[in-house]
Amino acid sequence: MDVISEFFSEYDGLQAFRTTIYLTLLSAVFALLIGTVVAVMRVSPVRVLQVIGTAYVNIVRNTPLTLVIVFCNLGLFLQLGVALANKDSNTFINDNNFRLAVLGLSVYHASFVAEAIRSGVNTVPLGQAEAARAIGLPFLKTLRYVVLPQAFRGAIAPLGNVLIALTKNSTVASVIGVTEASAVMKVMIENRPDVLFIVFGIFAIGFVILTLPVGVLFTSMSKRLAVKR
Amino acid sequence: MSDSGTLTTTGLVALTDVNKHFGDLHVLKDINLSIDQGEVVVVIGPSGSGKSTLCRAINRLEPIDSGSIMLDGQPLPSEGKALAKLRADVGMVFQSFNLFAHKTILQNVTLGPTKVRRQGKSEAEQKARALLDRVGVGAQADKYPAQLSGGQQQRVAIARALAMDPKVMLFDEPTSALDPEMIKEVLDVMVDLAGQSMTMVVVTHEMGFARRAANRVVFMADGQIVEEAEPEKFFTDPQTKRAQDFLSKILTH
Repeated sequence: MDVISEFFSEYDGLQAFRTTIYLTLLSAVFALLIGTVVAVMRVSPVRVLQVIGTAYVNIVRNTPLTLVIVFCNLGLFLQLGVALANKDSNTFINDNNFRLAVLGLSVYHASFVAEAIRSGVNTVPLGQAEAARAIGLPFLKTLRYVVLPQAFRGAIAPLGNVLIALTKNSTVASVIGVTEASAVMKVMIENRPDVLFIVFGIFAIGFVILTLPVGVLFTSMSKRLAVKR
Repeated sequence: MSDSGTLTTTGLVALTDVNKHFGDLHVLKDINLSIDQGEVVVVIGPSGSGKSTLCRAINRLEPIDSGSIMLDGQPLPSEGKALAKLRADVGMVFQSFNLFAHKTILQNVTLGPTKVRRQGKSEAEQKARALLDRVGVGAQADKYPAQLSGGQQQRVAIARALAMDPKVMLFDEPTSALDPEMIKEVLDVMVDLAGQSMTMVVVTHEMGFARRAANRVVFMADGQIVEEAEPEKFFTDPQTKRAQDFLSKILTH
């Protein structure tokens, strides 16, 4: 079982999983923000916004994540020169790759977030929005105070699924050199192919430890926060 | 437009040559109706006669195809902030209550005053509690809509509309979704409101309420206003065949 102690001592596996968690949480926050805006565009009465929102979801959701992440590095950074960190910094390459990965993961998962929220909007009866308009709330306030709070509660379970998928999809960041969990796993496998299955097992268990509580938490939240009608 | 010009200048609410289609269905046909300040108008008629659509058109929850609707001398704005502002002055009570399910009773009543009228929270709450007391549900202020009976919910919905100090109140079949024993508690509130000279448009099947509280009964059938009269005259001596037929079916039991 020396491979387990190596996981902690030689490879800093905990740091790798910490990077996975940071990637996931940061991307989750941005994906939620972008996804909410896209969902609002899709349910807005303005035709142009609807088209933009729908196009975003359909294009981004149907593009492979690997392609999105690689594009962030090769396309945005190397070709177009978009840098997300200070170029004079010693840790520029690591920081920049990490942030580009967050960008790619956020943009990609925002499309799933938008669809989850839109399904939540569909759980809100039309009469709720009519009543809000009837007391004089304009469109955005109707959304903010009446429709979205109920929509988010109706969307908790699907949002939990998106967060679990995001956690696991963050491994794609390794293709642009972010040393998250799966990147460290590849190094360990190269060095210790004799204990291949144990290495796989360690990382699989690591991801289960991250995602299982998310599933349990979101399921219980979706029941507890459900809007009683 | 010439003969209707007088209508638009007199009424608080004035509908002129209003037409509305749902696809092939012509739901409102050349509706002309003027409602004075303080007047209580009850709209009755068989299902599908367009009376709910008429009610919803007055605050533009249903846009109309042609004609004009004036409120307090101003035409209904078609979109945006101006329309929202107008709706703030028109109270609406729905058949299915439509209380905000995620907010407490008190929050339901204060949402409009705080977010539309920009009143302070304490001022809005004080007024909301007074209104809830007035409609007899003051003790329920901190509960959620799902915890209340239908009759209580509908009275809260009335308080929510009144909190905006509306110029006119629209009631779209307010008692149709209620158990019989709860109908009275809602009608009592409405009769009380009519007594305080609130301008009201009430779509209902409650003939007792029409007799007791209405200044005028408007009878609709097939998208048209077929007859208009004072309640006593309408119920005892309807002029049109269609109204006689309708009344004979509902008043015999």
